[in-house]
This record gives sequence, structure tokens and C-alpha cells, in this order.
Amino acid sequence: MAEATQTGTGAGGGLELAEIGKDLAITALLGAAIFGSTIAFKTETATGGLSLVLRFEEAFFVIAAVVIGRLILLLTVWRRPGGTDRTFVPQALQTRYTEFLAKTGKAFVPIVLLFAVVFPFLPFTDRYLLDLGILILTYVMLGWGLNIVVGLAGLLDLGYVAFYAVGAYSYALLAQYFGLSFWICLPLAGILAAFWGIILGFPVLRLRGDYLAIVTLAFGEIIRIVLLNWYEFTGGPDGLSGIPRPSFFGIPFKRGEGGFADFFGLDYSSIHRIIFLYFLILVLALITNFVTIRLRRLPIGRAWEALREDEIACRSLGLNTVSIKLTAFATGAMFAGFAGSFFATRQGFISPESFTFIESALILAIVVLGGMGSQIGVVIASVAMIGGFEIFREAEQYRMLIFGLAMVMIMIWRPRGLISTREPSIFLKEKKSVSADMVAQGEGH
Amino acid sequence: MADHAKTPLLTVEHLSMRFGGLLAVNDLSMTAYRGDITALIGPNGAGKTTVFNCLTGFYKPTEGRITMHRNDGQEFLLERMDDFRITRNARVARTFQNIRLFGGMTVLENLMIAQHNPLMRASKQTIGGIFGIASFKRAEKEAVEKAEYWLEHINLTQRADDAAADLPYGDQRKLEIARAMCTGPELLCLDEPAAGLNPAESDELNKLLLFVRKECDTGILLIEHDMNVVMEISDHIVVLDYGVKIADGTADEVRSDPKVIAAYLGVEDEEVDAVEHEIEETAAEARP
Repeated sequence: MAEATQTGTGAGGGLELAEIGKDLAITALLGAAIFGSTIAFKTETATGGLSLVLRFEEAFFVIAAVVIGRLILLLTVWRRPGGTDRTFVPQALQTRYTEFLAKTGKAFVPIVLLFAVVFPFLPFTDRYLLDLGILILTYVMLGWGLNIVVGLAGLLDLGYVAFYAVGAYSYALLAQYFGLSFWICLPLAGILAAFWGIILGFPVLRLRGDYLAIVTLAFGEIIRIVLLNWYEFTGGPDGLSGIPRPSFFGIPFKRGEGGFADFFGLDYSSIHRIIFLYFLILVLALITNFVTIRLRRLPIGRAWEALREDEIACRSLGLNTVSIKLTAFATGAMFAGFAGSFFATRQGFISPESFTFIESALILAIVVLGGMGSQIGVVIASVAMIGGFEIFREAEQYRMLIFGLAMVMIMIWRPRGLISTREPSIFLKEKKSVSADMVAQGEGH
Repeated sequence: MADHAKTPLLTVEHLSMRFGGLLAVNDLSMTAYRGDITALIGPNGAGKTTVFNCLTGFYKPTEGRITMHRNDGQEFLLERMDDFRITRNARVARTFQNIRLFGGMTVLENLMIAQHNPLMRASKQTIGGIFGIASFKRAEKEAVEKAEYWLEHINLTQRADDAAADLPYGDQRKLEIARAMCTGPELLCLDEPAAGLNPAESDELNKLLLFVRKECDTGILLIEHDMNVVMEISDHIVVLDYGVKIADGTADEVRSDPKVIAAYLGVEDEEVDAVEHEIEETAAEARP
């Protein structure tokens, strides 16, 4: 098929009837091979066994739709000078996209930020949307944290959810065994997760590419399985429940005297706590973002990016790559730890089921889709992925399919993610974005 | 330089490097003197890059001792040090045969990364940097100034904010040298800096290397195939063949050494004597 497309459209834009005819014949043949067997013949349970139902008409319509669809594509979208671009997205659309980004780019970030701040007070915002907002922001924070490891340092980490789990369990266990409050546990959870980041960092120091990915994947599973099996300590599959809810800096969200509503003279409403949680995760995420942006402009951040570009050159310039890798793992893990303890306090209940590989994959997908190393890209990708999941909730069993398809389409269209240019960390006269073609992707890509 | 009392900067003693059954470098002893441009030459596969990799810690030599005598009198045994410590503490910087720039980062960023260690110290291991302490800002400004200084000397000031991978090949070579110089080395090891350069670019390279020697108190050790570069600027040439040192001396001494000629022209071992004899005869005839 691909071959046929190439020859059919590569001939300098000229549409040769014979080429098109050949292309359509191949399409019809493939269509017949696929749909002929799957649609034309159908088995149904009948009395005394199976009976065969023939549906040639339906099969014919499906194949006809494919052929006509391809004909339309050949005559419109694929009709362009040969050899312009490998992907089949028309050039005009590509340039329009870049122009759109350039125009809206400057205003985009403040608008998004403003929207995020006023979101809980908008008239249409209800409990459901607020919860969705909290979920999206949690993934934004996780995406930003993972962006340090994958996007900046170029170390492919498939077990990122392990640090999220460490953070969540740190808070839950510290609260359960020592009765510590959320505000004390939050930094502790971050520190413990960073510590586990370093523990993961050591064995993978010498690993590259696929091997690094496999070990991080295994690490994520080890953490989950330990949590699952250490019944006496973590509660195993039963999880931990009754995790204390956060207080408004000491003032609990409760009905009656001494509660948040009472203190501020408001009528009690359960939404207060949700709004508070929303702002809590917003602030945590913004701290992650601020620190990351700050670190990128410091020698350590520049060293992370240099590590992604060329490790040997780094060592020849006197950079200690061991400490650079460990700091990348530890910093990324620390933010996952913060997010984890937030997750625990929001849910009030955690179990190993929340920390499966699919979570790691989702966070990684957000980072890759957003454009590795891009901060705003992560936000767009989180809204698209998590929000999209919700929109397609109706479609239940098909939503993973729809998302898989969407991911494939976007990766064909923009193979380096939605925001693929790199902003330099320092400039002399003029800040020029670096095109993605030149930026190395680091290990394991 | 002649007026400089020749003190050794780098001494290599009985260096051997074995890869399985292959003896890539065999009992090499040589010295690079302070303020000199020392060239390491030899046919392909002679073991030159292996020597470089041993000097800069990328290989651990099988045998031998490599001593770096720093200008302040400190001595470092390079064969025992990690590669990044060799650059950081012993102040030996290197470039690569196949250019290894950070292509996706700008020219200026490349030069800033080379100053990572002093900047890290100034940022109090990042903690102070996050809060933007004054001493870090000062150090960063100095680092940018140092980068600008080198950009001026390699004529790339105009392109400071472009991606390194965007530069033409010759400029990338020069940038790699400037980047190595930004680490503040006392010995600069260049692996075929003139490879792939046109004559004009290679002239510029000569000027740059002479400038480095004159202004920066930095010795240069270079591997080179381009004999124009080697003969024009080196003070001292060491010739390797099959991992063995076959000649050591000034450009003129090496140029007329029969063993060197034999190695380069590919004469059988038995014929070396004959060639040697021939050269002596021609030399005698040339004499008045």
C-alpha cells in the first residue's frame, strides 16, 4: 500500500489514471481480503449448532467506502509535488500549525495559567469538573517531574510510578504509624522518593538505551509487588484506608465549630475541601514547573541536557556524569513523591492497584506527546489525554482504541511531540528556538 | 618556545595498551614540553588515538605511567584517574576525531557547559543558584565573558545563539577547540583537528593553535594527518607505527628519518636498510 502511494503520488504531482487505477485495485483487493473474511461471513448460534450467515452486501459497501475514501484522498490531500514530505500531512497544514503556535505562543501560557486559577469559581464548574481538574493537574505535575528525567536528561524511565507510590505510601504510613500531619509528611514523602530515585539510579548508571528502560520497568514492578505482598506493613492488596485529609494549614474542613467554614464565616459546603485540594495541586505543580525552569538555567540543568546530547563529550569536559544522572533521577522522583502524597490525601485510600505499569506508560505518553523537554507541551498533552479519557467515557471499551489511534496519528504528524522546539537556556543577543531535528533524544529512543 | 626553559608538561613512561591479542600501544615513552606544540603522527592504525584515550582516561592502560606536571607544581598520575577528573583536576582537555558537540544546544551553551565545574561551585551546588545568589550571577557573567572571548577568537560571535549542529563543519571543529579551552586546560589534546578542513580553514586552525600556545600557557598535543599543519606549527614530533615509537624530534629531524619514510611509504621490514642507505647517498650527493 505504501509503495503504491509513493508511486501514485510521487510523479511530480501529475495524476496518472493508470497509477490511480492500480492503486485502487490494490485497495479493493486488500479490502476484500480483510472485510471479505470478517464481514461477509458471520456465524450465529442456531438450534443444534452454528449456522453461517452470508452478508455480501454489507461487505461490498464497506469495501466500496474504503475505495472511494482512498480515491478522494488521492485526488485531494495526497495531490502534492513528489518528495516534499514523507508524512502524508499536507504541507500547508504544517506551516499553518507552526504559524498558529508562533502567534499564540506568547499569550498562551498566561491565559492557561489565568484559566487554571479562576477555574474553580467559574459558573459552570461543578464537583465533577473540579475533580477532573485535580486529576489533570496531578498528571501535569507528574509529567513535569518525569520531563526532568526523560525530557532533559534523556534517561528513559518506565518505572516512574514507583516514586509516585513511594510518596503516597510514605504519607499514608507516616500518618498511620506516627500520626504526622500532611504538611510534615509532604516534604518527607518527597525526600523519601528522591532517596529511592538515587537507589534506582545507582544500578542503572552504566546502562544505556533499552537496558535502562527494562531495569526501570522492573524497578517499578518491584516496588508495586513489595507493596502488594508485605501485608503486615502496607496492608497488601487491601491497601491503606482512613488516610487523614489535609487541613487548611491546621484548620480542618469539618462541619461545625472550629472548621474551615466556621472560621471564615461561610456556610459549610463539602466543595470547600475540593477547591482547596485543587489549589493545593495547582501550587505543587507550579512549584515543580518553577523549579524545573530555574534548574534548566543553572549549570546542573544544562548538564542534564548535555548528558542527553552526548555523554562522552560531557565526561571529556570534566562533568561527573554519575552525579548528574543521580540528581536527575532524584529530582524527578522527588516531585513524584510530592504528587504521591497529594494523591494519598485526596483519595483517603490507596492500594497497589493505583500504581500499575499503565500509569507509568500514561505519564510517559504525556511527556512524549507534549514534546520532550517542553513544559507547556506537558500541560496540553495532559489535558488532551486525561480530559479525552473522560470525554470518551461513554465509549467505554473503545476508548483505549480511540486513544491508541489518536496517539499514532499525532506521532505520524508530529513525531517529536506537539511542542518540538527547544528553548535555549541562555543567550547572548537573541533567543532562537532550536529545531527538533538537531536535538538528541538521549538513551533508549 | 626556545626562550622557555624546556620543562616537561606530560611524561609518558612505558605505556602499553593491549586489547585481547592486539598490542595497540607497545612500550611508548615520550614527553610533551611546556609551551610546545607536540604532534603525534603515524600511519592509520598506528595507535595514536589509543594513546589519546589512555591520556584522557577513556581507556585504562595495561601498563605504564602517565604524569601530568601542572604549572603550579602539582603532579597527577593520569592512568589512575577517572576521565572527568583528568579534565577537572589535572587540566587535560581533549577534542574528538569525530566531532562531539552538543548539537541541539546553542554555541554559547556549549561553551557554558565546559565551565560547569566552576559554575557549580559558584551556585553552591545548585542550592544557591535556585535562590539566585549574587556570587553565582557574577560567576555566570564571567563565564559568558570567557565564552565571548573565545567566540571572538574563532569568529563565531555572530552565531552564538545558533544550534551547534547548524554550523558548517570547519566552524564545528573550531568550536570544539574553543569548548575544550573553556575548561581552562594546561594541556590540550587534539585528535585530528584539521581533518576535513579546506586549506583556508586549516590555515585558520594553525593560527588558532599558535594563539593558544602563545596566550594561554597551554601546551598542545595533537594527532594529525595533514602534514602542512604538523610541519608548520609543531615544535616536536613523535612518530608511531604499529604502536611503537619510531622517531622523536623536531620537524626537520623527523622528515628525513628513514624509518618514518618507510612507515609512511609502506616499505617491507627487510627493505628498511636499503632505503636508509639510499637516503644517505642522496643526502651525501646533495652536500657540496
